[in-house]
Amino acid sequence: MHKKIKISDVVIFLVVLLLGLSCLLPLLNVLAISFSDSASATANRVKFWPVNFNLNAYKKILNDQQFWRSFVISIVRVVLGTAVNMLLTILMAYPLSKSKRDFRAQGIYMKLAIFAMLFPAGMIPLFMVVKQVHLMDTIWSLIIPTAVPIGNVILLMNFFRAVPKSLEEAAEIDGATPFKILWKIMLPMSLPCLATLALFCIVGHWNDYFTAILYINRTVNYPLQTYIRQVTASFDMSKINNIELLRQYLQVSSRNLNCAKIVVSVIPLLILYPSLQRYFVSGIVMGAVKE
Amino acid sequence: MKHLKRELSYHIMLLPGMIILAIFTFVPLFGLAMAFQHYIPAKGISGSDWTGLENFKFLFVLPDSKQILINTLIIALGKMILAIVIPVCFALLLNEIRIKWFKKTVQTVVYLPHFLSWVILASVLQYIFGFDGPINAIISNLGGEPIMFMASNKWFRPLMIISESWKEFGYGSIIYLAALTSIDPGLYEAAAIDGAGRWKQLLHVTLPGILPMIILMTTMSLPNILNAGFDQIYNMYNPLVYETGDILDTFVYRVGIVERQYSLATAVGLIKSVVGMVLILSANKLAGKLTDRKMF
Repeated sequence: MHKKIKISDVVIFLVVLLLGLSCLLPLLNVLAISFSDSASATANRVKFWPVNFNLNAYKKILNDQQFWRSFVISIVRVVLGTAVNMLLTILMAYPLSKSKRDFRAQGIYMKLAIFAMLFPAGMIPLFMVVKQVHLMDTIWSLIIPTAVPIGNVILLMNFFRAVPKSLEEAAEIDGATPFKILWKIMLPMSLPCLATLALFCIVGHWNDYFTAILYINRTVNYPLQTYIRQVTASFDMSKINNIELLRQYLQVSSRNLNCAKIVVSVIPLLILYPSLQRYFVSGIVMGAVKE
Repeated sequence: MKHLKRELSYHIMLLPGMIILAIFTFVPLFGLAMAFQHYIPAKGISGSDWTGLENFKFLFVLPDSKQILINTLIIALGKMILAIVIPVCFALLLNEIRIKWFKKTVQTVVYLPHFLSWVILASVLQYIFGFDGPINAIISNLGGEPIMFMASNKWFRPLMIISESWKEFGYGSIIYLAALTSIDPGLYEAAAIDGAGRWKQLLHVTLPGILPMIILMTTMSLPNILNAGFDQIYNMYNPLVYETGDILDTFVYRVGIVERQYSLATAVGLIKSVVGMVLILSANKLAGKLTDRKMF
């Protein structure tokens, strides 16, 4: 079959290209600025290729102790947080996937979990509780309050329900305990789903900056995103009450340094990106109704 | 006997998660009492004076609260509409692209902003829309006056709506691209044999094919009407644009955490939680009726 190139094809191609570029160019710009000298960066002379290429910004970061401290805190948080999230998600999803005949209390637990998801008490009451249980200023304040991601529990529960019953029944006849069935049968059967959920948790923990603003008082304990927010918003935004101040704020002289910080903070996500792409597509499709 | 033992294991599995939920979701509910008090931290909830609905009455007469509600509704509604329209259009356009490597590359690129935090994107956007940034350079080149986007009450809301849509449209299109691949190719062949051109095929095969998904996603997004996007606005706003940019969530943060008016902030949070719950339950019911899928 022979096809002519039509005008509509060209138009569609151009529109898609433009949308793609709109996502790529701002990030390329950040990358180019990070490799440019400070003066060109401040004077807005950098487009998509570094001007006066140099590594000064990155050299400065190498000596920025707080940056690396925050970087390590973020890594630790991602590892611990994701481990806790996944452990609790798995342990909750399995019993909840049981029918009421197999597990009489299933209904009550399910109602509690859904209520917890539907009716958050809000920022202030949660803040008070975190304060009262003495989690403030510890890394646990970033992990424990959000340790049970109920949306993920429901996704995994639905996935467990789709595992053929016969597998479990065979194991039960052999005398396997529920813990053993969960470990030996359910988990190996749901690896793609687990990978997806783990990636959701990793990205969530890595990108979260606000929990630390609430619960961490000492800036030395900030995770990376909160630290970057602090340096890029170098003076208090809430003090900006006239245009001149805002202009000064937006015209920071250390733009190349800030951009380099952004680049380094994004690298871990870029390393994960191929697997993110592979798993989140399936994750979104199975959880079409999540969120 | 064996049955009981098995059920005991299930209870044990649920225990750690339920303890966390109890402490960090159910216990804070008691803190909602603050909304009906003149709460003073030193006295605690049991020692503070009860004021009935005083805080709520105060909110209703506060001139700011009307403006904040309007800001929240406008920004949230704008985002909800674009969150459906742009991903659907983009998925349809991408579906027409026959060059495989180009399609793959574009997909890889447009999903990326979703994974970047608002801390980073706010810093990028503040530069791009800054007074000396690229957008204003283009405006000047075209002979226009530079615009102070970040300080303009006229531009702030559109900027929030558009930048959120820009961040999420690629990710949002995934679900529609998946729905598009599940349309039976035979339908297109049959339509082509009947003489339907590309436009007719779009109207009579493609759109009906993804309509259930559009309806589902629209319904599920309804509860977001009070979520104007805290992370984005918190990272981009400043007092110059409070008039159009202050939303419920940023108000709660400023009043509650920064100014320590715990009772007032809790009252706002409580209203939001109640309305939010009603909306989610309704949306879930509606989704069950319109399509055969539900959230829970």
